[in-house]
Amino acid sequence: MSLPYQTRNIYEQQAHNKRLTLVIMCVFVLFIALLGLGFDMYLQGGVLPGQFLPVGTAAALAVGFGSSFWSLQRGAKAVLASAGAVPVDETNPQHKQLLNIVDEMTIASGLPRPAVYVIPDPDPNAFATGKNPQESSIAVTQGLLDSLNREELQGVIAHEMSHIRNYDIRLMTVIAALVGAVLLLSDWARRMMMYGGGKKRDRNSKEAGQLGLILLIVWLVSIILAPIVSQLLAMAVSRKREYLADASAAELTRNPLGLASALRKIENAAAPTASIKRGAAHLCIADPLGKKVNTKEGFVAELFGTHPPIEKRIMALQAMAYQFQRQPEPTH
Amino acid sequence: MTAIYILVGVAILGILWVIAKYNSLVTLRNQTINGWKQIDVQLKRRHDLIPNLVNTVKGMMEFEQDTLEKVIQARNAAISARGVADAAAKEDMLTSALTKLFALVENYPNLKSNENVKQLQEELTSTENKISFARQFYNDIATTFNTAQQVFPGNVIASLFGFQPVELFEITNEAERAVPTVNLSLKK
Repeated sequence: MSLPYQTRNIYEQQAHNKRLTLVIMCVFVLFIALLGLGFDMYLQGGVLPGQFLPVGTAAALAVGFGSSFWSLQRGAKAVLASAGAVPVDETNPQHKQLLNIVDEMTIASGLPRPAVYVIPDPDPNAFATGKNPQESSIAVTQGLLDSLNREELQGVIAHEMSHIRNYDIRLMTVIAALVGAVLLLSDWARRMMMYGGGKKRDRNSKEAGQLGLILLIVWLVSIILAPIVSQLLAMAVSRKREYLADASAAELTRNPLGLASALRKIENAAAPTASIKRGAAHLCIADPLGKKVNTKEGFVAELFGTHPPIEKRIMALQAMAYQFQRQPEPTH
Repeated sequence: MTAIYILVGVAILGILWVIAKYNSLVTLRNQTINGWKQIDVQLKRRHDLIPNLVNTVKGMMEFEQDTLEKVIQARNAAISARGVADAAAKEDMLTSALTKLFALVENYPNLKSNENVKQLQEELTSTENKISFARQFYNDIATTFNTAQQVFPGNVIASLFGFQPVELFEITNEAERAVPTVNLSLKK
């Protein structure tokens, strides 16, 4: 498929995402193991293997794996339920149009058809979730259906289909679960530091010596930094996915301006999407928390937003439209 | 002895390569056939929708019998089309007949606000879009299939096992391209 703009071929993209999922999971496993290990050392006073039972480490890893596994199996349903999403009603003409558009994008992308949900919320937003293209869902708010025309809605659905096609939904589900696990564990660790533990410390302190001190410092630093670093990591991944999904959406509809104009409308309706909770923010087409971050540019916004600034996304799409125009029209 | 081993090894690798190449061509051919079926499903759906539409608007558009007649004729011609190029040309005639009909519907406020007509319009718009997306998908996969048969050394395997390049679904009739597009309430 020859496209006027540079993009990874879809199979490379999928393979890349699967690899990235693995790398990120390793980083998180490391974080989680470190948190658990520190817990063990602090509580049992050992430093070297054999001096303590790795109960905390095992427990921490179990929490991490358990929550990722649970998220992949049940996370999609939980996210949909917490947003109050209801399955589309075929007899409603507005919903029928949405279904038609999803079918169009299903054909364009060659994927199985996702389950379609509507969230009764007046703020325009949309997200996709699931563990693979075979078991995926797309949810849009009623506000999105009300405020966008057919072409714009098609752009948004194409964007969500791209998240499904690129395996972003799986990546983001796992990352969200792991960030949650790290937050939980570092919170526990901090509480434990404040309220006790460390009773057996003195007994082994002589053997432990400097190595123990260093490890303790590493542990303290990681308790403080792990939540921040893991969130920054998740946001960085999320932002990159948004640009890619915009580009793939343009590839599917061959109409980048539809999505650009949809993003403009979504940006102008900046009210927070009340039904979508913080935990699902990174899944949405625009930040549902209504933070002003997504509308600003600059380093801080780039670092802390789950989404790139909308202005930048619109500009990228307009550049694509310009390139499309200069190419001979596809035979339609 | 060693030379024989090397020769046997090379021969085995060669055979494995031929098998892999052959299998990938077969996969591509099946995907192409499947892509074509997708278009076919949508075309059939369009053919089924048109009589409904014509019957719904017939009563209120008595002065436009000519246009309605043309739509029906174009539909019947499209149903009997044979082969990719023929189907593409006839479906395009049908598209332009439908476009004219929808442009005329704009002149009838009663029709425009009729729920049935609105729903049929949405269904037809969506079907048109699906046809063009299915066509996009088919053309992409068919191009990949044709290219795989033409580049070296794939062309050797292709001719050995009798693979044939497939036609792309595109407008071949120059006159068809020249049809002016009337104002559409529909996105095409």
